[in-house]
Amino acid sequence: MPWLTIVIFLPLVGIPFMLWRGLSDAYAKWLTLSVMLADLAFAVGALATFDRSASGYQLVEQVEWVSSVGLSYLVGVDGFSIWLVVLSAVMFPVGVLSAWSVTHRVRELMALTLALQTVVIGAFCALDVLLFFVFFEALLFPMFLIIGIWGSARRVYASVKFFLYTMLGSAFILVGLLYLWAQASQQFGQGSFDIRLLEQLSLSVGEQRWLFLAFFIGFAVKVPVFPLHTWLPDAHTEAPTLGSIVLAALLLKAGPYGMLRFNLDLFPEAARYFADAIAVLALIGIVYGAIVAMMQTDVKRLVAYSSVSHMGFVVLGIFTLTSEGTSGAVIQMVNHGLSTGLLFLVVGILYERTHTREIADLGGLARVTPGIAAAFLVASLSSIGLPGLNNFIGEFLVILGAFGSDRLFGAIAVTGVVLGAVYMLWAYQRTFEGPPVDRWRGIRDVLPPEIAAIVPIVALMVVIGVYPKPVLERIDPSASGVVRWVRAVETDQEGLPGGIRAEVQPSYRPPPEAQTVGPG
Amino acid sequence: MISTPQIDVVAIGPELVLVGSAIVVLLVPVVWRGLAHVAVLGLSLAGVAGALVASVLLWNREGEPTALAGAVAVDRFGVVVRLLLLVIAAISLVYGHHYFERSDEWRAEFYALVLLATSGMTLIAVAADLIVVFLALEILSLALYVMTGLSSRLGSVEGAMKYFLLGSFSSAFFLFGVAMAYGATGSTSLASISRALAGATDGVALALAGMGLLAVGFAFKVSAVPFHMWTPDVYQGAPTAVTAYMSAATKVAGFAALIRVFNIALQPLAWDWRPLVWALAAISVVVGSVLAIAQTDIKRMLAYSSISHAGFVLTGVVAAGETGIRAALFYLAAYAFTVLGAFGVVMLVSARGELRTTLASYRGLGRRSPLLAALLALFLLSLAGIPPTAGFVAKVYVFGAAIDVGAWPLALVGVVASVVAAFFYLRVIVLMYMQEPEGVAETDETVLPRLAVSVPAFAVLALGVFPGLIAGFLDRAAVLRW
Repeated sequence: MPWLTIVIFLPLVGIPFMLWRGLSDAYAKWLTLSVMLADLAFAVGALATFDRSASGYQLVEQVEWVSSVGLSYLVGVDGFSIWLVVLSAVMFPVGVLSAWSVTHRVRELMALTLALQTVVIGAFCALDVLLFFVFFEALLFPMFLIIGIWGSARRVYASVKFFLYTMLGSAFILVGLLYLWAQASQQFGQGSFDIRLLEQLSLSVGEQRWLFLAFFIGFAVKVPVFPLHTWLPDAHTEAPTLGSIVLAALLLKAGPYGMLRFNLDLFPEAARYFADAIAVLALIGIVYGAIVAMMQTDVKRLVAYSSVSHMGFVVLGIFTLTSEGTSGAVIQMVNHGLSTGLLFLVVGILYERTHTREIADLGGLARVTPGIAAAFLVASLSSIGLPGLNNFIGEFLVILGAFGSDRLFGAIAVTGVVLGAVYMLWAYQRTFEGPPVDRWRGIRDVLPPEIAAIVPIVALMVVIGVYPKPVLERIDPSASGVVRWVRAVETDQEGLPGGIRAEVQPSYRPPPEAQTVGPG
Repeated sequence: MISTPQIDVVAIGPELVLVGSAIVVLLVPVVWRGLAHVAVLGLSLAGVAGALVASVLLWNREGEPTALAGAVAVDRFGVVVRLLLLVIAAISLVYGHHYFERSDEWRAEFYALVLLATSGMTLIAVAADLIVVFLALEILSLALYVMTGLSSRLGSVEGAMKYFLLGSFSSAFFLFGVAMAYGATGSTSLASISRALAGATDGVALALAGMGLLAVGFAFKVSAVPFHMWTPDVYQGAPTAVTAYMSAATKVAGFAALIRVFNIALQPLAWDWRPLVWALAAISVVVGSVLAIAQTDIKRMLAYSSISHAGFVLTGVVAAGETGIRAALFYLAAYAFTVLGAFGVVMLVSARGELRTTLASYRGLGRRSPLLAALLALFLLSLAGIPPTAGFVAKVYVFGAAIDVGAWPLALVGVVASVVAAFFYLRVIVLMYMQEPEGVAETDETVLPRLAVSVPAFAVLALGVFPGLIAGFLDRAAVLRW
């Protein structure tokens, strides 16, 4: 059964209905939700068929697309991407539920969201570098419209900034991947975008480093890594709740995922060379994001900056180049998706009720809306890494990995956790505790669609926090595989024969052409 | 006694059909006064269809690479370019019919001029002799000068005058280049020039000068910087339907000739012309993209965008050989459909003549006319090179070709310029979807031109999602025979 193809393209089924003018808003939402839940069922099916002990690509499907240039529709998942696929399938229905109260151009919004889901999941599944890029670039336009049409006051500025910033980053990826294609056509006699072939290329040290940088800049904008983060607070703050959830929970993940998948796999030597420098940037991001978040007066902007800080952990985890760090980074991607998704959801509900995001205007809401307060508190506690909730596992592993690579890194990373507790709890206290404000007396607590969105996320947070084994044991083989792959090269100073690489990582089966490349 | 060459009618079948139908279209309305306007359109479309059939017949033709004593080439490259040009002509005829009907300026000359210009363009695509290239260049240019001035508006006449004067200059440059090439090699046939240059040890200076002058002539036609000055004024001044035709077809024809001349006649000088084309490409993408930002009129904006797109095609041409030709052909097909569609929407938004071509008039179009807004958004995304549109695949092709020959800095310039360019395309989309309409504006609800605009839209999507549809043909068409 072509699990991945179904999971990727099923959402598109809903779009033709959205073009029909007679469809009422309520039906549009229900239809979208049911398509997405069906997609979730298939994603879970894919997860069930996933072999937990293998580290290579699974559920691989390949169809020739443009054979003369070696482009193919090639999808597959490993221990990293399967979780991101499942996370996407979970968070999109949540996003739709968060938009239940939207009344402005509903059919268009639903159509764009469905398109976005296809593109996001496609990006996480693509094993053909150009196919990945197609999805990666196609993300921009639906998100641009969602921010620009349904966003708040400065939405146009934020959407254009988001689009151009990200497009500039990915422009470098395009040049990089075409360079790889040209190398493949010289070394293998046939151009290819297949990552399993490209990782067998022998590239000089200089080439590896330049290409690494080209890919890294593209992904770093998406993450975002300090100092390329300036688009994020604007985009997050101006986006509608649905947009913020999808952006924070899923789109940002394309960045670290790309680093894991492409930067580490294709340029292992360069990855080791730049690892420390990138870890420093990540640490700056962690601390800087936390401090700036503390200073915010707008609660949505606060959550946005907390994302900068949390995504710093993910990048740090990857570039500790340890298997703990990498596993931690991957599970942290899922965790951040859940907890920041929930935070944006709650902030969105709050804004919908009060029409303000200024912390100073709010206060004492816990008495009026205990449900919203409880959800915000759970999300905050998760986000600051309370043991028993999901983020603890990820941050713990990342910090463990950081100590493994450099004690100082670990020490600085820990301060990020402390600062996180400060700004999140302080925000909770200022917003929900204290004497009730008269203005907010009559506002409603959580409504059924919102409960339906909040409960599954909280449940997942608790499950991952208490019993992370099912997740971790599927991540681990891939994580240790990629770390061995990157580290293996250390002993070998000049060139990296394909033969040695293949030995190190037996699951990445070298194709027949590539075996002839190395001398051994 | 002069021996006349055998006339191979089939090899120039498409051109003969086009010229013949142009004459018919000119004469019939004179003889038969009461003829319905739509019948003239039908006649000209029949002519185009005939030329299409005549071109397809040449696809499998083997034997001599040239016909008519080496004047025209018989190869698949020529067939593919002709087919593309004829499809563009067919769509433009429908546009023009609608445009001139609606603005009450209907004239039978328009149809004849499109057919004549197309005959010049299809001829230039197969011209295997510099004299024939020049002849075809003049045929298409003269027809285009007249078409630009076909409307009595001041802008139209001014544009035509400007186009004519600057165009004549560039023709003179081109002709001078032909003379130099003849002086250096003793022949004007592309194949003989190539053979002479391949063995030449001295006299290359003259050939290089010829090469430079030929490049100027072509760069003018395809509007590459610094020979682009005419483009914005002419694109803005010409009736929109003519602009649509001109922007798509001239670029295809000009590049087809450039590719043939540079890859056959000047192939031995490839190491000399590559840096030249490299520089033209880099300047064009940068200047076109940057200047387009400052425009407030959509036709001018698209004119500057066409300048930058000339640079992108040149990026593919830098690669030379099969890879480069394939990339450039794909880019031309993608660009032609995209820009044809974009100007088609501009024409429909203007509703009547040249009303409302300012960017501000696109405010809230997404509300007023969802179909037109969606189509224009699609075309703009394709121009910006966002997947899943043809423009994206085309950019991958040309950048890939450039990187394949080591010109990665040029590709880098190209991708950065396309981000700059994305800004002004997005600006139109912002106006259409993120702003409210101002007042009530008349929209053109006629069905026929809407159908004509949806043909390029379909092509842009199909080529974007399934580039394999034509990739096979282009692979086979990328081999020039000589």
